[in-house]
Amino acid sequence: MRRVKTAIGLVLTAVMLFPVYWMVNVSFTRDADLRRDPPNWFPVHGTLEGYRAVLDQQLPYLATSLVVGLGTVVLTLVVAAPAAYSLARLRPKGGGMLGFLLLTAQMIPGIIMAMGFYAVFLSAGVLNTVPGLIVADSTLAVPFAVLMLAAFMSGLPEELLQAARVDGAGTVRTFRSIVLPLSRNALVTVSLFAFLWAWSDFVFASTLDQGGDHQPITLGIYHYIGHNNQEWNAIMATAVVASIPAAVLLVIAQRYVAAGVTAGAVKD
Amino acid sequence: MALTTPAPSRRRPRPGQWAAWAFLAPVSLYLLVFYAYPLYRNVELSLRNYTVRSFVRGDAPFAGFGNYLKVFADPTFGPALWHTVVFTVVSLVFQFTIGLALALFFTKNFPLSATLRALFLVPWLLPLIVSASTWSWLLNSESGVVNAALGVLGLGPVNWLTSPDWSLWSVTVANIWIGVPFNLVVLYSGLQAIPAAVYEAAALDGANGRQRFWRITFPLLRPVSAITLLLGLVYTLKVFDIIWIMTRGGPSGSSTTFATWSYRLGFGNLVPSFGPGAAVGNLLIVMALVFGLVYIRTLHRRAPS
Repeated sequence: MRRVKTAIGLVLTAVMLFPVYWMVNVSFTRDADLRRDPPNWFPVHGTLEGYRAVLDQQLPYLATSLVVGLGTVVLTLVVAAPAAYSLARLRPKGGGMLGFLLLTAQMIPGIIMAMGFYAVFLSAGVLNTVPGLIVADSTLAVPFAVLMLAAFMSGLPEELLQAARVDGAGTVRTFRSIVLPLSRNALVTVSLFAFLWAWSDFVFASTLDQGGDHQPITLGIYHYIGHNNQEWNAIMATAVVASIPAAVLLVIAQRYVAAGVTAGAVKD
Repeated sequence: MALTTPAPSRRRPRPGQWAAWAFLAPVSLYLLVFYAYPLYRNVELSLRNYTVRSFVRGDAPFAGFGNYLKVFADPTFGPALWHTVVFTVVSLVFQFTIGLALALFFTKNFPLSATLRALFLVPWLLPLIVSASTWSWLLNSESGVVNAALGVLGLGPVNWLTSPDWSLWSVTVANIWIGVPFNLVVLYSGLQAIPAAVYEAAALDGANGRQRFWRITFPLLRPVSAITLLLGLVYTLKVFDIIWIMTRGGPSGSSTTFATWSYRLGFGNLVPSFGPGAAVGNLLIVMALVFGLVYIRTLHRRAPS
């Protein structure tokens, strides 16, 4: 009976992941075979041409995305970690209100933020710049990061923090030497999500960095499709490469990913 | 909000409020500058007559609700509203149903179940542009694998993305695919929280599988279901990437929702109309609020019964 369940589970997973398989399959398919009818279910005459195109054309986009992703992680942690500590441990007056604001902030449609940012960035002269994009992308992660870290930090054992206080550590010292090291797992999870969201962002990139010299990989793919490009193996190869961070996230932080999704939902 | 207000303990003195707010200062400043201010600018955009030139010089004439009236009178308004509702409702129903069915399936621990459950997360983690372009190719009229499969079954090819009859359904299917993992994971964790003893008692009383689901699982899962649907609603209303990348809201507006319409007005044309674009965006927020409130009210009304 359990084996039957596993078999059903395998079939369901295969159905669900078929589009992902197809992306990989097409990325290895020769141009000549792309329009075959019926299509090849496996890359029979496998080719790396698509990936060669990625190396030739997409590396600058990938590099920009890497920088934007890392910048977003740093900015998110710098803003979110102290706030989470305060909300979880220092009980500020009005903290609940702030938590509620963060919760609703997550729900604002990206396109609305994008339009507001466009107006602000235009006046500030940071349109089409990498720092501007980092700031915009961080808004995807900061509310989640504060709420997730606060949930984690409020679960830290009180004895440890009390011991630190007895030893004469002030609030800042306690935060730096006790709370932050203990929250490592939560910090890693939040960083991974912040990176992934910044890496995947299309709304902000396409509105705030349309004319930029350094554009992220999402725009790289978008230009590929937009130019009526028929080299779908190159497009799909880029898509595969762009999916690597998601795969890494799933492999090294599987547990935390599920925890993160759930925290995103059951925060209140 | 359990996380923000742990029960106050009388044993130790409250640490200084100034310290607490010093730690909150960065995030407060951040919210003001990077949330409140852009939102304010967005409202301002919608109330003025902006052109590219006045955008730069900042002297756009005040237009009151003119942009909103323009949007209401636009022939796109009715269809966009309808598409937004259809897209949202159909996506939610299927995401939730499929997610719940899968969550129930995965609660039976079988070999590999944890691994397979993790693999189900992949669609949710992929960048939207990756999923959207993959679906574009799957649904391609001439060379897509979906039409090839239909051909094997003896059915004619369907212009999934280029026919006004099908485009909305195509983007909806892609969106359902992306949303199922979220529903699965959240509902699964909700199911885990239902104590096994309840089921054992029901089994002793002779309840069958169907009764156990409708009498135990479903009612006990209601709070988690509610939050899943509410979040799904908010997330689906703001879906823009998938539709824009797959169809750009077309052909001839047949898959235009408020989100893609707003984007097209603001950024999709050579001559941007920021005012109406921002107005549509703000209508989207109002819509989210209205939907959310109606939904919460119905939940409350049903709860006492």
